[in-house]
Amino acid sequence: MRPTRIDIIDYGMGNVQSVRNAFERLGCEVRVSEDPSALVDADALVLPGVGAFGEAMNNLRERQLIEPLREAVLNQGKPLLGICLGMQLLADSSAERGSYSGLGLIPGQVREIPVVPGYRLPHIGWNDISIRLPEPLFDKLPEKSAFYFVHSYRFECDSRYVAGMTDYGTDVVAAVQRERIFGVQFHPERSQRKGLRLLRNFVDFVESVG
Amino acid sequence: MLAKRIIPCLDVTAGRVVKGTNFVGLRDAGDPIEIARRYNEQGADEVTFLDITASSDQRDIILHIVEACAEQVFIPLTVGGGVRKVEDVRRLLNAGADKVSMNTAAVQNPDLIFDASSKVGSQCIVVAIDAKQVAPGKWHVFTHGGRNDTGLDAIEWAKKVEALGAGEILLTSMDRDGTKNGFDLPLTRGVSDAVGIPVIASGGVGNLQHLADGVSEGRADAVLAASIFHFGEYTVRQAKEYMAARGIEVRL
Repeated sequence: MRPTRIDIIDYGMGNVQSVRNAFERLGCEVRVSEDPSALVDADALVLPGVGAFGEAMNNLRERQLIEPLREAVLNQGKPLLGICLGMQLLADSSAERGSYSGLGLIPGQVREIPVVPGYRLPHIGWNDISIRLPEPLFDKLPEKSAFYFVHSYRFECDSRYVAGMTDYGTDVVAAVQRERIFGVQFHPERSQRKGLRLLRNFVDFVESVG
Repeated sequence: MLAKRIIPCLDVTAGRVVKGTNFVGLRDAGDPIEIARRYNEQGADEVTFLDITASSDQRDIILHIVEACAEQVFIPLTVGGGVRKVEDVRRLLNAGADKVSMNTAAVQNPDLIFDASSKVGSQCIVVAIDAKQVAPGKWHVFTHGGRNDTGLDAIEWAKKVEALGAGEILLTSMDRDGTKNGFDLPLTRGVSDAVGIPVIASGGVGNLQHLADGVSEGRADAVLAASIFHFGEYTVRQAKEYMAARGIEVRL
C-alpha cells in the first residue's frame, strides 16, 4: 500500500515544519505547498496556522487558495484537518481585530475568549478534553486526555459540530467535525504521544474513505 | 483544567548545553538534542533553549539545533537569545520553534514586541525579563546577560510588554539564578499579579518544594528549571508527582 499523501497548505502563517515532522513520523508522504493546483492529487489536506485571522484570509486569497480549497473539500470530499488558526478559518466569520469572512466550511463564528477572573489570556498550556464525538479523531484516546493549546479566540458553533470541549473558566470548543472536515484548536503536533495518536486517527480515517 | 507547566531550560553555547551560577562559571551539561529528548520522555510540558552565545557568527548553530529538536521532540519549543529583529523571530519559527523569547532587544526597542506580535501573533512572543532587587520590594530590569541596569522597574516593564503584545513573560531573578535557594517569590508574585498574560518563573530552583512554591506562592503559571534536571537530581516526572501531591494541577 502506498503511503497516505498529505498536503499541508503553506500560506505564510507560521511554522509548518512541526506539522510536517509529525505526519512524516506517522509514515505519510507529506508535501508543503502554496500552489492551488497541488490540492488535486492529495489524499487529505491540512490547514495549519498561527497568527491573526484577517491576515490569514488575506494570504489565502492572495495565493488564490480559497476556491480550490472549498472545491477539494466540498465537491471532491477530500478530508481536511484545520489546526489552531486553521480550525478557526473553517468558520463563517471572525471578530478578531475587525470583522472577517472565513472559509465557511463549518457554520460558526470566532470570538475572543471572555475574560474570567483567575484565568489568563492567551490560553497557553496543556488542558484536558471532554470528548463529544469519539470517532474518528479521539479513537483510543481516553476522556480527559490533555493537549497543548495556545490561543486567545474560540470557535463558537452549534453543539452538533463539537467533537471535543475544554474548560478554561468558560467553555472552549477544542475540536470540530462536519462529515470529512475536522478542526482542532490545540496543537496535536506539539501534544506528544496523544497528539500523534490523534493525527494517526485522522490518517486512518483518510485511508478508510480513500 | 489547565495544568501548571514544568519547563526544563537548556542554556546553549557552541552547540552544547551549559549551566552557570549568577550568569557566570559555566559547566558542560551535554548535547541539546539528547537532553531535550530525555525531558520529553520524562513528561516535560515544554522545552526552552536559550542561546547564550555572545558572538553572532555562531548564531546559525542554534537554528540547526532547533530544526533537529523539532524533528524529534513533539512538545512545544521556546527559543531565545540574540533575537533583534522580526526577521530573527521568523527564522526561529520557521526552523521549528513554537515561541520566541526576546530580552535585550525588547528593552532597547520596545516596538519590536509590537511589530513581532502583530506579524506572528502574541502567542508566539515571550518577553524575558531579567530582574535584580535594588531595594526592598523593588526590582530593576537588567540586560546583556545581567551586566546592564536599565533603571526600568520590573513590574512596570512587565505591564508595558503586555500592552505591547507579549503573549507570555519569562521572569528570571538574577539574584537567585543558579543559587538553588528557590525563586524570588515576592518578585514572581508581584509580576504575576500585575499582568493578565501567563508568567513563567525562573531562577534559583534547588529542590521540588521550590517548584511548588513558585506556583502556589509566586502564582506563576509555569516553572522553569535547569540544573536540578540536567545533573539528574530529579526527573521531570518526580517534580510533577511532587506538585500533584500538593494539590497542584499538572499533566501526568
